[in-house]
Parts: sequence; C-alpha cells; structure tokens
Amino acid sequence: MSEIVPPEVRPKPVVPAKPSHVAPPSGAPFLPSPQGTGGEGRGSALLGYIGIDTIIEQMRKKTMKTGFDFNIMVVGQSGLGKSTLVNTLFKSQVSRRSASWSRDDKIPKTVEIKSVSHVIEEGGVKMKLTVVDTPGFGDQINNDNCWAPISKYINEQYEKFLKEEVNIARKKRIPDTRVHCCLYFISPTGHSLRQLDIEFMKNLSRVVNIIPVIAKSDTLTLEEKIEFKQKVRKELEVCGIECYPQKEFDEDTEDKSDNDKIRETMPFAVVGSDKEYQVNGKRVLGRKTAWGVVEVENPNHCEFSLLRDFMIRSHLQDLKEVTHNIQYETYRARRLNDNGGLHPINSSGHDTQESNL
Amino acid sequence: MDNMMLQEKLVEKLLCPRTRTTRQKDKQYVGFATLPNQVHRKSVKKGFDFTLMVAGESGLGKSTLVNSLFLTDLYKDRKLLNAEERINQTVEITKHTVDIEEKGVKLKLTIVDTPGFGDAVNNNECWKPITDYIDQQFEQYFRDESGLNRKNILDNRVHCCLYFIPAFGHGLRPVDVEFMKALHEKVNIIPLISKADCLTPNEVKKLKDRVRDEIECFGIKVYQFPECDSDEEEEFKQMDKELKECTPFAVIGSNAVVEARGQRVRGRLYPWGIVEVENQSHCDFVKLRNMLIRSHMHDLKDVTCDVHYENYRAHCIQEMTSKLAQDNRTDSPLPILPLPTPDGETERLIKMKDEELKRMQEMLEKMQQQMHEKDQ
Repeated sequence: MSEIVPPEVRPKPVVPAKPSHVAPPSGAPFLPSPQGTGGEGRGSALLGYIGIDTIIEQMRKKTMKTGFDFNIMVVGQSGLGKSTLVNTLFKSQVSRRSASWSRDDKIPKTVEIKSVSHVIEEGGVKMKLTVVDTPGFGDQINNDNCWAPISKYINEQYEKFLKEEVNIARKKRIPDTRVHCCLYFISPTGHSLRQLDIEFMKNLSRVVNIIPVIAKSDTLTLEEKIEFKQKVRKELEVCGIECYPQKEFDEDTEDKSDNDKIRETMPFAVVGSDKEYQVNGKRVLGRKTAWGVVEVENPNHCEFSLLRDFMIRSHLQDLKEVTHNIQYETYRARRLNDNGGLHPINSSGHDTQESNL
Repeated sequence: MDNMMLQEKLVEKLLCPRTRTTRQKDKQYVGFATLPNQVHRKSVKKGFDFTLMVAGESGLGKSTLVNSLFLTDLYKDRKLLNAEERINQTVEITKHTVDIEEKGVKLKLTIVDTPGFGDAVNNNECWKPITDYIDQQFEQYFRDESGLNRKNILDNRVHCCLYFIPAFGHGLRPVDVEFMKALHEKVNIIPLISKADCLTPNEVKKLKDRVRDEIECFGIKVYQFPECDSDEEEEFKQMDKELKECTPFAVIGSNAVVEARGQRVRGRLYPWGIVEVENQSHCDFVKLRNMLIRSHMHDLKDVTCDVHYENYRAHCIQEMTSKLAQDNRTDSPLPILPLPTPDGETERLIKMKDEELKRMQEMLEKMQQQMHEKDQ
C-alpha cells in the first residue's frame, strides 16, 4: 500500500469559486513567523496560540467524509493499452474491459463513449472514479472528425453542470461529471506525432486538460525515447498546443519551477501491466519477455511512476481546479454571452429566462 | 523340340523392345544431366533481380527491417517530415536500387517504399497509388514482351510485398484489410507483425492466431508456401512445416550492433535486457530471411510471373478485344489473335459445317471398307 499524501490544502469548491484567486490560500498561517510559538516573532505577532492552523485538519476530516469525484477520459487507438494502464494506475480493475477478458470486441464504426464508475477507498478517503473510454477513436480508414463525439460529450458534461448551477433550488453538492483529465495515448512510432494526434489535441486542448502519454513504450530504447519525446514536444510547441499543466495557469514561481520540471519530461513514456513477476526476490508488476522483465514501477524502465505521482499524488486537486475554474468558466462565459442571458438549449421547464448575473 | 525353342527365342527378340537398349548400354551416357549446371552458370553470369515492396504506416520499422535483411543501409539520406509538412502529404512511391554480390552471384535488389501510407486522418483509398504502380509495372512488361526487340526486357514487376501490421493493435484494422484485399490478386503479400519486441510470447501467439483467423475470414489470399515434394528430406519437410505454422512472422529489426553474451550481434539494448534480432527465440527474423532469400525467392518470382502477371495479361487482353469488337477496328497495336465473340449466326454455320464434315467422313469410311473387302 502506498503512503497517503494529504490532499493539497485548497478548499474543495462546494459553491463555485470565483476565478480570481484573490482569497489568500487558506490554511497558511498569517503569522510571518513559524506557528505555534507563543508571544515571539517580529512585527504583528500574536500573543498566544489561536489554532488557526487546525483548519487544515478540519478540511481534511470534511473531505474524507464527503469524498472525491474524479473523472478521467482515455483516448487513443485500439490496442495501445489504455485499459491496462488505467487499471495499473488505480491498482484495481476499473476499466471497461475488466469485466470480461474477451478480445473479440469488434472495432465500432463510430467513436463511442463508454463510462464506468467505481468507488475506491484508501486510508479512509473515498474516491468515486469514473473512467470514460472512447473505443473506435482513430481506428477507421477515414477518421475525419472522429473527435467530434468526444468534444460533444465533454461539452455536454459542462452543460449539465451549468444547468444545475443555475437552478434556483440548487443541490448542496452538484454531482460533478465533468472530465477532469484526458489521457491521450500516442503510438510509439519513434518518428513523430501523427496527423490525427495533432488534430485531436488542437481541437481539444482548450476544452479539457490533456496529458499526452507514449503508450507501450517498452518498444523504444532509451535513446529513441529521448529523441521521440523531444520531437513530440517540439511539434506540440510549433502547433501551439498547450497540454496540462498549462504555462499560463502557473500561479507563482514555485508552481512554475515544479511544473517546468514536469513539462521537461512530458510526454510520459509508460508501460502498463496487471501481472506480477518475481524479480530479485521482490514481486513487481511487469511484463515478462524472452529477454527480460520490464518493471512497470521502476523509473529506469519507464515513467509510469512519474505519471502516477504527478497525476494522483500531487496534481489531482489541481486538475479538478483547473477544470472547474478555467475550462468550465470559459464554457460558461461563452454560453451566457452567446444567448445574451441564460436560455438553455434544452429547456427543462425551469424558470431560467432571467440571467442570474 | 529345339526348333520350337529357337522359334520362341526369335519371337521374343522381335517382340521384346528391351533387347535394343541393352545393346546401347555399352555406349556412353548422353550427358544431359549437366543441364542444371549450365543453367546455373548462365544465370550466375547474368545476375538476378528482385523487387521487394514494403508497405505500412510510418514508424513501424520498415526501413530498419530492410536494412537488417540485406545488411545494407539504404536510407542513409532520408529526411523524415515533421507533422506540419505531412498534413498535405499523399502516398508516394519511392524506389531504391542496390547491387549486392555474394560468392560471385549478383543480385540487383530494388526496394519500393510507400511513405505516407495510412498516415493521414482520412485514409480512403490510400492504397490506390500502390495498385496503380503495380499495374504500371505489369503494363510496361506486357508492352515490352509484345514488342519487336525482346532482348533486354527490364523486369520491374513487384515480386513480393511485405505488409507491416503494428504489434500494438488487436489484430487487423480496417485499413489493413482493405489494403490486402486490393492487392492480393496483384502481388504476393507477406504480412508481418513488426516491432514485436513490445509483446510477450503469449501475446505474440494470440496475435498471430487472431491475424491468421481474420485473414481467412476476410478471404485474403496471402502468399502460400508451396508444398514440399514428397521426396524431400525429412529435415526439410519439418522446417517447412514449422515455417508455415509461424506465419505471420513477428519480426524485430535493428540498425545497431550490441554486445550480447560475449558476441557482437544486431540487436536492441533495453534497460531490462537485450533483444537479439537473429535469435530465433526472440523473434522470427531469421525465419523471414531464410524464407525470403534463401529458399523462396525464386518461387516468389515464379508466382509473380505465372499467376499475377498472367492474370493481368488475360484481363488486359480481354478488355482490348472487347473494345476491338465494339469499335470494329481491323488494325491492332499488338499482333494478337482476337478471341471469337460467340455470335448466334456463326455458331449455326459452324454446326452445319460440322455435320457436313461428319457425313463426309462416314462416307469415306464406307468406301474404304468396300475397297478393303474388294482387295481381300
């Protein structure tokens, strides 16, 4: 079992937060001097211990009770190991394929959207994980606009959330089905991005957080990996595609340096596996071939652990925040502007003629 | 008694043909058993040529495999396009020719590459430039063959097409099926599973089974190895059987030489191990090379000439003659016999003539018999 890293201390928005981060990060003590020291310090010191810092603990307890929602979408051609990777990431059989292991699934003629939800629990923290799969993407001969159903789905989730938000009698906790993160699987050709990859990312990087990963990277040697990643990064830059973490949303220098480090190693070259083998006396997740065992969690072999740490252990909350504060807000602003007041596309009988602004 | 025995012996001698050849045993043998050697010497002098086409999406290791197969570097000056430049790229056909010599035998090897295949977002009919190219080569050979000077015909016909199926998928994709269906009657297709180093042995087996099933299910006629003659050695037959069960071959190619088990071999170096290209337990590269070059190169050429080219030729001629019949032209660009288009009137005439002939034959026979009887 992995040790739990407490979630970052930012409030979980039960009511929609304002886009501007004017409110100071809660939980950080106002004291310029280290907390807990009674009476000492420079300037406006407190004369005793108040206990403001216990808010961290309170938030933690609350979050544990309410639990998280996390929605992840996987996009890529069939056979790139999407389901296996998601299962490996969350160490349980959470993907669409886990129910039956039959590989006789035919390639669907159009892109379908299939979502599967599971509640997984760790250290008392419950997470409702929804994995949205997109079978049929990029598999046809003619793949024009195969990203249209995906784009439609994402916007539909935003629309759902918007409608709930705009209700007069709102629910206390709006069910969040918006896609927080989209893992895009790049085929490990070793040459460069395919046209389809670029088209997809161009169309969707402004709508959802895209994290590109290089799938089945055990087919690339170390040099090939480095070269391929450089090429991919360059191509993304040339085409003006901004993947998560987006440069424009870096809040301060600390964030920027952290994220820069991540951006240097993206896209992550991953290998997924749900089978365990014995290596050097330890049982590890891996793939056994005639020439060796590829260890999934060994950072020298592939970057799976980097991806997992990045996505789950450090930036999970940030992914949700960016989705809520930026992607969703963009959608909302556009919708409200377009209709000059909220006039929902599918009128559902609510009295929403007047704008709530 | 003696007289009868003598008579019998005489009869035997006259009737039994064997008596003649036993006399000839004393003479020297004729010597045409050296014919294969003469053919061999002549062909070695002339040299061989072989045209190989590689098709598949970019990034599947086609160039690396070709380099590994023929131990050359055919793609030294290749420049790979980046994604922006590739947006408007169509499927091209490029040719590289290299002369290889080994133990006095010269081989003129032509590799036909198809960059851009399957790379666009919309790949409708992306195999059309390839089928057009193959037809063009057939047409050119057809014209040359029917021309006046047939001494130096250049044979550019494609003898074999290696089709690369990515190991990442779950079997054949729609574009693979359509490509192979468009080409299986024009060229010998050998499907390969490329970049097989990302598969565990179990996965390789499953994928091969699946691809074989799908090929059969879609009715794709890939190149079949010819059956062994019944008088071949047992070892050869065993090898042949293994070869057939291994298709489609799962191959790995490499341009680099690495150190493995104390030897320098072609391979790929990973942090978790070294893949050796020529190690039979790692991949089927050796089998492919043996099949393609060492045992079946000539058969591939034969099948191309005898089956695919003849199909094309028959098809072409039929088209031309039907056109001729339509246009009623008496001069044709090629000296060919027009196929008789069945016509009701002519058929009737033919029948009448046939019957007349039969009657006359019967009359002749009767007369012959009468004469015979008269003689006797």
